Amino acid sequence: MPALQRLDLTVAPGEQVAVIGPSGAGKTSLLQVLACALPPESGRLMLDGAAPWALPRRALQRLRGRLFLAPQVPPLPPRQRVVTAVLAGALPAMGLWASLRSLVYPTDLAGAFAALQRFDLGDKLFDRVDRLSGGERQRVGLARALLAPATLWLIDEPLSALDPARARQAINTLVGAAAERGVTLVATLHQVDAALANFSRIVGMRDGALVFDLPAAQVTPDMLARLYAQHEHELHSAAPVPANGAELATVLPGPRVAMQCR
Amino acid sequence: MPLSLRAGPSAGTTTGQPPSHDPAWLGRLFWTTAALVLLWPLMVATEFRPWILLAPDSLRSGGSFLASFFPPALGAEFLAMVARETWRTVAMATAGITLALVLALPLTLLTTRALSVSALSGRMARGPFWLRQALKWLLIVLRSIPELVWALVFVRVVGLGPTAGVLAIALTYGGMLGKVYGEILESGETAPTEALLRNGSSRLQAFGYALLPQNAAELASYTVYRWECAIRSSVVLGFVGAGGLGQQLDSAMKMFNGGEVVTMLAVFVALVALADRCSAGLRRALG
Amino acid sequence: MASTAHAHAAAARWSAPGGGQRPPRPRAGGRKTTAFLLGLALLVVASFATLDLQWAQFLSLDALRSMGRFLAEFFPPDLSPAFLRKVLAGTLETLAMSVLGTLLAACAGLLLAVPASARPDAGDPVASTLVRHALRSAVRWAFNMLRAVPELVWAALLLVSAGLGPMAGTLALALHTTGVLGRLFAEALENAPAGPAQALRAQGVGGLRLLCYATLPQVLPQLMSYALYRWENNIRAAAVLGVVGAGGLGQLLAFHMGLFHMGKTATVLLAMLALVALVDGVSYAARRLMTR
Repeated sequence: MPALQRLDLTVAPGEQVAVIGPSGAGKTSLLQVLACALPPESGRLMLDGAAPWALPRRALQRLRGRLFLAPQVPPLPPRQRVVTAVLAGALPAMGLWASLRSLVYPTDLAGAFAALQRFDLGDKLFDRVDRLSGGERQRVGLARALLAPATLWLIDEPLSALDPARARQAINTLVGAAAERGVTLVATLHQVDAALANFSRIVGMRDGALVFDLPAAQVTPDMLARLYAQHEHELHSAAPVPANGAELATVLPGPRVAMQCR
Repeated sequence: MPLSLRAGPSAGTTTGQPPSHDPAWLGRLFWTTAALVLLWPLMVATEFRPWILLAPDSLRSGGSFLASFFPPALGAEFLAMVARETWRTVAMATAGITLALVLALPLTLLTTRALSVSALSGRMARGPFWLRQALKWLLIVLRSIPELVWALVFVRVVGLGPTAGVLAIALTYGGMLGKVYGEILESGETAPTEALLRNGSSRLQAFGYALLPQNAAELASYTVYRWECAIRSSVVLGFVGAGGLGQQLDSAMKMFNGGEVVTMLAVFVALVALADRCSAGLRRALG
Repeated sequence: MASTAHAHAAAARWSAPGGGQRPPRPRAGGRKTTAFLLGLALLVVASFATLDLQWAQFLSLDALRSMGRFLAEFFPPDLSPAFLRKVLAGTLETLAMSVLGTLLAACAGLLLAVPASARPDAGDPVASTLVRHALRSAVRWAFNMLRAVPELVWAALLLVSAGLGPMAGTLALALHTTGVLGRLFAEALENAPAGPAQALRAQGVGGLRLLCYATLPQVLPQLMSYALYRWENNIRAAAVLGVVGAGGLGQLLAFHMGLFHMGKTATVLLAMLALVALVDGVSYAARRLMTR
């Protein structure tokens, strides 16, 4: 069974799209394809008018530098300090010498602090990542986006470890920051209410296929019920917590992706 | 479970104020400087002057030594001698490990807590406890003296030849085997052994019927690993007169006979690789 | 119900006197095990037989008495201040050899572990993957070569260019330990959790920056732990390298034993034991500190 079936998705620059659907719908695979982490088996992927997989390696790396992928499990080395973990988001814009220097003494303390403050984590700047709670780590992972020199943010389940109050704050910050910078935002969400409340465009997926692609106002409870048929518990509860150490799916022969993005 | 209470922003940053400096910087600077400062006396104490290696004399002598490696000595007589000495090295290691087992097994039995009868009813009695401690210290001493030192001493007592090497390996490896056997026995399940002891069986019976069968695979596996190490040790011991491949290697080096040296080194590396393969296979078969 | 019937049937089979089926023979492991044990016994017997061990000489009363006399000469150990100063100098030299040798090996091992742990990148052209695999195999082969030769043999070989003295010993330790640590480091780098590295790779970060920001922060405590554990082995090796002329306590030991100064030899042996115990303790404490 392919992870993603034939689908057509076009996202304009600056748009904010929420991708919803039950588990196993292929939401994460979709983000990975968009992030050029998973090559599609057939079909076409175009980013900024260029076909990334046809580019020479250096150009592809530069293109990757303009996007930011936040996996569901925050990709933070446990013993690293929060300041370094957050500043790692800005690496595509830093040269080799600046990157190494920043390891010895963080070069952009103010920037890191500002990014963390927006997620209410300013006082954790010099703590070690493994001393934070799961929710705090997730917010640090989101704060990285604010430092990345990216024009496309691909966020996988940004609210899975956050309680409702923090979740509201985080999603507001994320959407607000994206709007400020004119960044294109594609986020997968299990919290359908949060998706409907904060995003102007909702894409519903199920079993690897795109079920609907509508402005938020046009999504009816009936559509949601059909989307989440046999998965009703997911429609009204928290997102399933991933197993410890869950990583991005590696590029193995397996998931067959057929899509046409423009 | 530790309980933590967060009562506000941690020290160093007040809400809204970006930090002015990295608090870890001073610590890192201090330790790095200390390490660099310590490096200098280290280099002086070891007379570490690597540029000497590039001085014309050393280059010449080293170069001519390396050049003498080719062609490697491959005469039939020489190869036969190498084969003989290789077997003697393996034989030395095997005999050494066998004697080490003879030494280690009784010591293990005497020191392991699992066979302590007095410990069945709570604390171990003082007598047995101190006996065990004393024997453990004996094992530590046996282990800590490098086998080369034992070999040097034994060469003085029994003369040159493999006897000194076998005895040196037996003592050192006896200590190592004794310690690790003890750890293996104590880290396994001790309930069956305890049950037998409580029901009145003797210590040897408890060992044979419960402790040994349970840990036999791990014990055997570690012994095979140590046998492989013993082969390496035998070659090293040859340098102080214990015979075998090591002694031939030493004399060839002293005579700057590069061709013989390179052949023997190649044979040694092949021997170690073969022993490594055998040992890995055996350990896999043991599960 | 069925199980009790089964038990009854089995009991009947066992208790039938003479008549009925015979109990199955216990299988003590099969032919393979017997063959293996036989081979092992053969190896052991052959070893003892071909070695021409001087048991008679060693175990005769004469020999035991002379050994007793020999051992008695070790006591009392020579504790005169002048000699103790020499022993202290030798101890410090041995300690320095082991520290510097292990340090050099840790740096070299880390540098070489990077190509030895290369994993093919997704989406890379085939050619560079082949080059990477070839490089990886070559470096791993080099590690095995360095590891296979014992420190003492390296020291003997290096004496030719480095001359007598502790430098040959330091370099010998460094070479051998690079092989050991290099392989351990490469395995640690390969087995590091991939999450952080994948996220940075998705952003187009690669090479050295990926190593420093994603992989190394995760494995560095483990690498240091390996190096500290190896230091415990190296202090023992450093203590005896002097026997071939590489300085330190070993050189003192060989010198005085050659002259039959048993009292002085005993002092050197005590110093060796104390040094080994000290390094073991420091290494253990440091490793506990790091996994805090």
